[in-house]
Amino acid sequence: MTLFLEQMLNGVQFGVMLFLLAAGLTLIFGIMGVINLAHGSIYMIGAYAGTWAAAETGSFWLGIPAALAAAAVTGAAIEFLVVRRLYQRDHLDQVLATFGLILIFNQTITILFGRQPLFVSMPEMLGGSVELLPGLVYPVYRLAIIAVGLLVALGLYLLINKTRIGMLVRAGSTNREMVRALGVDIRLLYTLVFGLGALLAGLAGFMAGPILAVQVGMGEQILITTFVVVVIGGVGSIRGAFFASLILGVVDTGLRAYLPGLLRQVMVGPEADALGAGISSMGIYLLMAIVLLIRPKGLFIRNS
Amino acid sequence: MNVRTTLLAASIAAFATFPAMAADPVKIGMITTLSGPAGYLGQDIRDGFMLALEEGKLGGVPVELVVEDDGLKPGQGKQIAERFMGEQGIKLFTGIVFSNVAGATVPDIVDNDAFYVSPNAAPSNMAGKECNPNYFVVSWQNDSLHESAGQNATNLGYKKAFVLAPNYQAGKDAIAGFKRYFKGEIAGEIYTRLDQTDFAAELAQVRAAKPDVVFQFHPGGLGITFLRQYEQSGLMKEIPMVVAEPSMDGVTLAAVGDAAIGLNVTSHWNADFDNAANKKFMDAWNKAYDRPVTYYASQGYDAALAYASALKATGGSLDDADAFRDALRKADFESVRGKFAFGPNQHPVQNWYALKVEKGDDGKPMLKTVGEVLKDHGDAYAAECKL
Repeated sequence: MTLFLEQMLNGVQFGVMLFLLAAGLTLIFGIMGVINLAHGSIYMIGAYAGTWAAAETGSFWLGIPAALAAAAVTGAAIEFLVVRRLYQRDHLDQVLATFGLILIFNQTITILFGRQPLFVSMPEMLGGSVELLPGLVYPVYRLAIIAVGLLVALGLYLLINKTRIGMLVRAGSTNREMVRALGVDIRLLYTLVFGLGALLAGLAGFMAGPILAVQVGMGEQILITTFVVVVIGGVGSIRGAFFASLILGVVDTGLRAYLPGLLRQVMVGPEADALGAGISSMGIYLLMAIVLLIRPKGLFIRNS
Repeated sequence: MNVRTTLLAASIAAFATFPAMAADPVKIGMITTLSGPAGYLGQDIRDGFMLALEEGKLGGVPVELVVEDDGLKPGQGKQIAERFMGEQGIKLFTGIVFSNVAGATVPDIVDNDAFYVSPNAAPSNMAGKECNPNYFVVSWQNDSLHESAGQNATNLGYKKAFVLAPNYQAGKDAIAGFKRYFKGEIAGEIYTRLDQTDFAAELAQVRAAKPDVVFQFHPGGLGITFLRQYEQSGLMKEIPMVVAEPSMDGVTLAAVGDAAIGLNVTSHWNADFDNAANKKFMDAWNKAYDRPVTYYASQGYDAALAYASALKATGGSLDDADAFRDALRKADFESVRGKFAFGPNQHPVQNWYALKVEKGDDGKPMLKTVGEVLKDHGDAYAAECKL
């Protein structure tokens, strides 16, 4: 039972990381209609900037503003210099341009930092583990990631639903031209949304630093999964992205943890292990296919 | 005798004296992986090989090393080999890091009567029935790495092991090799994904299974991530770990840092070996390079020494392939690992050692040799080889 709870926590923690990336991606995709493959690169830039700042200053906490600033500035710059020219073009052009950005960013990082992965050590107060229940020991740092992710989700909910900016964002996603006719600077609004998405990606990247290796190409590994989240949750829906992230995180972790064991009940050990590993790595894509069959627009698409 | 045969005889005579001319160095072709995340492996093999050159000579014979990057692509390795043999007439080869590149490239080299001395990869299929008189390995047969880890776990008295490796051929071989020499029970077996970055779900299973020991094979960046998460989850204090050298080389150790302290590693070579050849090698390395030494570098160095011994015996002549092969087979050189000989399939027969990660004098973690695991260990495939 405690093992099950621990695996659920692992799933939620993975889901929360996915949400930080998916929130920005779904906003940019849903509101501006832009497919931004370079979102993973922003995640990587946040991780590198934060890790580098933390190593230079010796303080984990100073890494946070560095990661956020680098990611937001990169995001705004991408919007201003590249993506702004692509709103009227079709998706293939956007894919081509942002894929080019991935290559440029990866190579730049290789030149600046080399191929060896970077590491940041955990701050003292977040190191170690706590016993949540008898027998259920869980690392504090992963709990902190869950907490930060839930806070960000709450903040985004308030921002989108309760503020004037949020209202403009919602209005802009429904009818861009009408908002502009009312005298709103929609270009500035887009830059802000893009910057916000980038900020969240940078935060995710920096938080991943102490657990994962900060290396070139780390963004592409997680980007595909993030797109799956966006598709399952419904394009443009923050609420959808939130629930889809959690579902995906839990499903992926659950399959990895339990499928080989279940298969071993019906077949020989090594074969079950290999088959289980194979199916569990397909799991989230199967889930996406099923969701697309039943709800082609995603699970949580907003009423319009 | 007409003009034509005279010319022919003259040209044969000219050709025969060609290699004896001191000005023309013997060319050695090095095909290795220099780009990508695994680029440091090939770099170390190349740099280790270069250290063995004394003023451009191996065994007193001038040599020229021609290096090309295979980019970890089997097709590219094969192309380079064909170009080296066709355009440059190269007869001596070495350098390949990865088994899949070796599998595509080496058969082509030895089928064309050229020699190949492997400084790293040695897949099982080329050690058994398909062994070749022109194919030598100075590193180890792939399975031996993990067999030594299995023996080490047995020696340390562990009864219940949990094993993890990525879901691909080398991962499956690693687990098979470990099981061959581990006498205890296997508490659990997990195949991870090659692109996996988070191991929390697997670590929770390890904790729940309560094994005595964990064996894992995760080369390169995967291993760094795995070890860090293993330490962060608090498991390093509860369940000890045994690994083979690919999961804990000098670069991995520098990246993982203190998290690796207490780890049990098995290896055929370590930087602290107390023999004259190794001291010479380590001095040269530290003088030439400002980076941690890896066992890849030691293997590159040994490959160069092997060629040096044969070149010395034949005076640099490759005309008599049988004489060159016989000289190579004698392994008449001082390996940096100490005792070394070729087995019947021209793979090493050597000792394997237990290492432990400890804090060094400078406060940084280092690999320390603590004992012997396997003595004069060959490999499981030698019997199938008919040479």
